[in-house]
Amino acid sequence: MSSETTTAPAVRKSFRFSRRQAIALVACCTIFGAAGQMLIKAGAGTLASSSPLAMVTNFHLMAGYSLYGISAALLVLALRDGELSILYPVISLTYVWVTFLSLLIFKETLNPFKVLGVSLIVFGVAILGRNGKGPA
Amino acid sequence: MRTPISSMALVFLASFIGSFGAVFLKGGAGRLHRDIKTLVLNWRLALGVAFFLLSSFFFVLGVRKGELSILYPMVSLGYIWTLLWSRLFFGEPFTRNKFLGIGLILVGIALLNLGNR
Repeated sequence: MSSETTTAPAVRKSFRFSRRQAIALVACCTIFGAAGQMLIKAGAGTLASSSPLAMVTNFHLMAGYSLYGISAALLVLALRDGELSILYPVISLTYVWVTFLSLLIFKETLNPFKVLGVSLIVFGVAILGRNGKGPA
Repeated sequence: MRTPISSMALVFLASFIGSFGAVFLKGGAGRLHRDIKTLVLNWRLALGVAFFLLSSFFFVLGVRKGELSILYPMVSLGYIWTLLWSRLFFGEPFTRNKFLGIGLILVGIALLNLGNR
């Protein structure tokens, strides 16, 4: 037992995030992701035609997908080091940000059905990441 | 502004195509080693990215009309496919929490539709 701890291999450890860092990183991802969605919606609304060429030449769309790409890359890093059961509830915050930003930026409206619907989805996604006790 | 069914259908299609993107990314990522060839010549990763590009094409078409506060939460339908493919292709078990999560998502989407007016 003691020989195992004293003769730890001298390999260079790759960088790892702590739990708090992983959570903070995922929280940043949700904000980037939601901001990206706003740009994507703004771009899609002003799209001249439904051709792929019109999409790749649309500034808002490309800016939105760039943000989305950054967010996805950071998310992969955070998911590598963090526990899924903790990070999934944070990921589901994206739905909250998108809903609020849609009201603010696109003047969309809220009603009790929408509030309850999004809340259930947020809880649903949060629960998906939890380790279930045994098969269903 | 009422969100048209056609927009919802496009977002739904995008989430379905995107779920295959995740499957191929996962399959390709598992074959990555400390050799650039395993990244560049990785057809699974390339196919995964292609699926995501196709998925985003349909997503953009979907959000052209309608409210984002209705359409964006529908992306969560993609989790249903992801859980299904995870079981089929990677042997990940169904658990009670997965069913509970999917159930909540489905009820949530039904409520969003009631709120679509």
